[in-house]
Amino acid sequence: MTEFTPVSALVGGFLLGAAALSLLFFNGRVAGISGIFGGFLGFKRGDTLWRSVFIAGLLVGGAMLTAFYPDALQFEMKHSASTVMLAGLLVGIGSRMGSGCTSGHGICGIGRVSPRSLVAVATFMATGIAAAVAVDLIFGGRI
Amino acid sequence: MALVMIFISGVVFALGLGVSGMTQPEKVTSFLNIAGNWDPSLALVMLGATVTYLIGHILILRRPAPALAKTFTLPSRRDIDRPLVIGSALFGVGWGLVGFCPGPALVALVTGYESVIIFVLAMGVGMYAFEVLDLRFAKEPDGGAGLIVKS
Repeated sequence: MTEFTPVSALVGGFLLGAAALSLLFFNGRVAGISGIFGGFLGFKRGDTLWRSVFIAGLLVGGAMLTAFYPDALQFEMKHSASTVMLAGLLVGIGSRMGSGCTSGHGICGIGRVSPRSLVAVATFMATGIAAAVAVDLIFGGRI
Repeated sequence: MALVMIFISGVVFALGLGVSGMTQPEKVTSFLNIAGNWDPSLALVMLGATVTYLIGHILILRRPAPALAKTFTLPSRRDIDRPLVIGSALFGVGWGLVGFCPGPALVALVTGYESVIIFVLAMGVGMYAFEVLDLRFAKEPDGGAGLIVKS
């Protein structure tokens, strides 16, 4: 159970959009985290440095949150290690097979009104809702 | 200089995830679990992010090139194919199970929580396994999104 937080949601959303725009404006790139991280894991010559710099930025941003806004990283993962592992595998395989995740399709793709991204977002929203509802109703919120 | 801006984009992106509540997996599952005590926050996160990007990208793409790079590197494909739908469906199941997607999971690594580390490792294995099976490293640099160079 979490509270509806409209103001921080909008402000945070604006920051996400602004960060994605800055990557586009300065570097001409789409801010798709699965694409950036997946490409990083490919270790292709000449294509790894900018990806690692972006990921380092994410981690430094995380450290800043810990320092100045610790509530953002205050959470508890109630699920078993095997569930977390399965979820991670699905997210990893699925985001690469589907050419994107919540950032690449969800923010940049919807923002560009890309038909592929609209289909991707509708699809992962539907299966995401199904999974979250199933976890709650069938497994009592904890599997 | 280009790398500095990439770094700053990453930092701001992480701050956006944190401020919006996306780095708390429960916030995400409370949005997806429409049968429970529904928290619509994530819809406003998407609204704020997509409207900002929609307006900004139109202005930016009027430029002949990015400020610090030679060309725009953007997805060009518009066809709906099977991998897009199946992959997104699998992604959604993993996302809904625990409430993590790639960005927030990477940011949350700084907590050092065991479950976050397990998630990111499994995610990396999944991404790598898919790439190896699909042999896409050789073909397309960004996961087969289909890249075009706007000049």
